[in-house]
Amino acid sequence: MTGQTNRTRVVVTGIGTTNPVGGNATDTWDGMVAGRSGVRRLADSPGFAPWVESGLAAELPVGIAGTAAVEPSDVLERVRARRLDRSSQFALIAATEAWKDSGLDAAQAADELDGDRIGVAMASGIGGVHTLLSNYDAMLEKGPRRVSPLSVPMLMANAPAATISLEIGARAAVNTPVSACASGNEAIALAADQIRLGRADIVVAGGTEAAIHPLPIAAFANMMALSKNPGDPATVSRPWDTGRDGFVLGEGAGALVLESEEHAKARGARIYAEVLGAGITADSHDIAQPDPEGRGGSRAILRALADGDIDPADVAHVNAHATSTPQGDVAEALMLHATLGGHATDVIVSGTKSMTGHLLGGAGALEAVATILALHHRLAPPTINLDDLDPAVELDIATKPRDLPLGDIVALNNSFGFGGANVAVAFGSVG
Amino acid sequence: MSTEEIRAALADIVNEVAGVDADDVQLDKSFVDDLDVDSLSMVEVVVEAEEKFGVTIPDDEVKNLKTVGDAVAYIERAQAA
Repeated sequence: MTGQTNRTRVVVTGIGTTNPVGGNATDTWDGMVAGRSGVRRLADSPGFAPWVESGLAAELPVGIAGTAAVEPSDVLERVRARRLDRSSQFALIAATEAWKDSGLDAAQAADELDGDRIGVAMASGIGGVHTLLSNYDAMLEKGPRRVSPLSVPMLMANAPAATISLEIGARAAVNTPVSACASGNEAIALAADQIRLGRADIVVAGGTEAAIHPLPIAAFANMMALSKNPGDPATVSRPWDTGRDGFVLGEGAGALVLESEEHAKARGARIYAEVLGAGITADSHDIAQPDPEGRGGSRAILRALADGDIDPADVAHVNAHATSTPQGDVAEALMLHATLGGHATDVIVSGTKSMTGHLLGGAGALEAVATILALHHRLAPPTINLDDLDPAVELDIATKPRDLPLGDIVALNNSFGFGGANVAVAFGSVG
Repeated sequence: MSTEEIRAALADIVNEVAGVDADDVQLDKSFVDDLDVDSLSMVEVVVEAEEKFGVTIPDDEVKNLKTVGDAVAYIERAQAA
């Protein structure tokens, strides 16, 4: 039997995303179910045009990335976009979609919401790196006078969260968890806590990242984290496959509207899923390498299960962190065996980074959107490019869309980040 | 440059930075009260104008540029100096 009964229940009433596969949640889900990759050549990506033109792109050790399927400048009004770092642009687009999807925009227009009871938890792994570096370039070329007076409010890590707060009138806590590639999932965990602790009725939660710039690409490549596979871009991100050799950088954002069940039901909202529990731990092992046995990640999963009073046998689906790195993918398989025991091989596991690339601080949030839609549609999205499963991985990995069981089921969303950050969030099906 | 040429070029900058319709950027208009150009956007306008018109507009001078006409007149004087 799964589920705490004696505390405030937190539900998901809205979802939004913009990412390499799609510019909204519907297009993203359709693309994922179709097994469509969002990984492209940088030379074909409008956002990378300045460095293609300058020639720097050709000098980089990696020529592909999961660049946004829809350029944010095609969505946002020009002057609005000009005043926002690309990471805030993605966050605003995803959060606006989630907000409308929840129906809270109509409630707000009818003056039925109290902004003091609305929070934001929008994570970023790296912050406004495009703004920082473009202003540095301008300063070197033309002098300090050319540094934009908007640089700081654009590049600060909490700019995406603050942008959303301004957009929706959120006046409860406006948080920015920063835990590298676990950031987006951590935001969801912390947002659920805010609601459980009675500090907010509604929290817009998620993560964003816009780090497809030559410097982060060179940095990740030099630490040997990125794949240098020169083949067809769509085939390079290949979690659990023996041919994997590193992750593919992605960009974009994911956002959820989390709401107390009481508040959601009182307004007759559509409920996608319930946030049953969350676990946040640290490895204290290495600044960049994961614990090879995945002990910190296992503790995060166990905490999420305990937090939600979840019977491991009810876990039917896992959206894995699965970045396509040699070590990390195996460590995560070990975690699932350590935490789910003999049930680990009954769970249908998906690695959606095979299609999206790795959105760093946005990853956990985009994958939360995928996890919630998997529960909602009772369908696990595929893991593409898994041609030859690593023999060290004993899991039932979906390589095609796979039906999930009916009845009350649980899905886990895992995220692990540099700094040894581990976050697992358990969602429960509704209806 | 004529007064009208300076006004028109400045109007393009104000449009680029703040999204104000260039036709609204007339000599009698106040940047703050009529055109809704906030203080940080005004700094951006000034820096763009310095490059465009080849002049220097010190920070202490910016607060005196209340209207479009004030700015155009300053630029004309600075170009003549």
